[in-house]
Amino acid sequence: MKRTTVDLWVGVFVTAGVIALFTLALKVGNATTVSASHGYTVFAEFDNIGGLKVRAPVKSAGVVVGRVEGIVLDQQKFMANVKIRIDNHYKFPKDTTAAILTSGLLGEQYIGLEAGGDTANLAQDDRIKLTQSAVVLEKLIGQFLYGKAAEGNAK
Amino acid sequence: MIGALDRALRHIGHLAIDWVWKLGVATRFTGYVLVRSADSVRRPQLTLNEIYFTGTLSLIIIVVSGMFVGLVLGLQGYETLKRYGSAEALGTLVALALVRELGPVVSALLFASRAGSAITAKIGIMKATEQLSAMEMMAVDPFARVLSPIFWGGVISMPLLAAIFSAMGVFGGYLIGVVVIGVDSGSFWSQMQANVDLREDILNGVIKSVVFGVAVTLIALFEGYDAPPTAEGVSYAVTRTVVTSALAVLALDFILTSFMFTGV
Repeated sequence: MKRTTVDLWVGVFVTAGVIALFTLALKVGNATTVSASHGYTVFAEFDNIGGLKVRAPVKSAGVVVGRVEGIVLDQQKFMANVKIRIDNHYKFPKDTTAAILTSGLLGEQYIGLEAGGDTANLAQDDRIKLTQSAVVLEKLIGQFLYGKAAEGNAK
Repeated sequence: MIGALDRALRHIGHLAIDWVWKLGVATRFTGYVLVRSADSVRRPQLTLNEIYFTGTLSLIIIVVSGMFVGLVLGLQGYETLKRYGSAEALGTLVALALVRELGPVVSALLFASRAGSAITAKIGIMKATEQLSAMEMMAVDPFARVLSPIFWGGVISMPLLAAIFSAMGVFGGYLIGVVVIGVDSGSFWSQMQANVDLREDILNGVIKSVVFGVAVTLIALFEGYDAPPTAEGVSYAVTRTVVTSALAVLALDFILTSFMFTGV
């Protein structure tokens, strides 16, 4: 096939475009960070998840180890059932606790895992039994006011 | 008084009917372009030449303006984020703004004014000088030989141009934010990577740019093909291409955004 100069310039253009796409996917996007497709899923039930969202990070000691994959309301217990996918590299003991925490004062909410002392590890579809719900600011203020009022009555 | 009102109403009605009529013709035109695009695949050289014309020649304007948009985003974003003590989120801001909105939209607007106007002028003059009729006389289908390759060239070029625009913009934001102002390089990239999703943000941006590519190229082709075969007609057609494409891109962007980025 005869090669023309146009072919070369189209080649340059397409190469630049494809490089840009890959840069966006690898450098800008999260393709290289913990990918949600390889890993095992566990479940955790919370009384209140606050502002937790699907795709929120799951961290242990501040390191991202997985992502929240789904949140549904359990219609029997009326608790939030959170599906967590943890990367295959990370193993956690069976008595690990999960808490919903907030990064910074106004930051996003994430799930913090704190390892326990069990010798057996969490496996696919296991349930995290010990959970701590999100702090709801209104409840906190309510408790504070209630406490203050009770104090005033006692005096 | 009644007569003037009557004439005004008639004029509005005439414009409305004319517009609907034109839309119908444009739909039929789109059908022809799509149905007769077999030749664009069978003879890739035709499409390749059009990619050169619409894509490679738009490269400079896309690279330069992407860079400047990134620089401005970096500066403005930093000024605002600094007040809330979260200058590290600059990477997220720049990348999301570019990948989701500015990349596809601004490059489509540039594409419309750089390549779309040229396509309309080319087709309009081919029609005015009866080159298209001459092709038909020689049993060469102008749709298969001229229009379809331009269409596919535009559809292929547009997503690549938008990706280059976004990448250059992110680089521009990096230059201002990290190199000039001194935001921490590590948190700039890591916050960006934590918050930009491959499927949710980048893929949706690419889908947007493909849709814009189809819209802009079709408008440019149709306006050229539909232009009255006079010098004035072609000049009006070029103007209409740029105006209509810009409006179509912005309207489509609103529709696509409301589909893609709602909820969660």
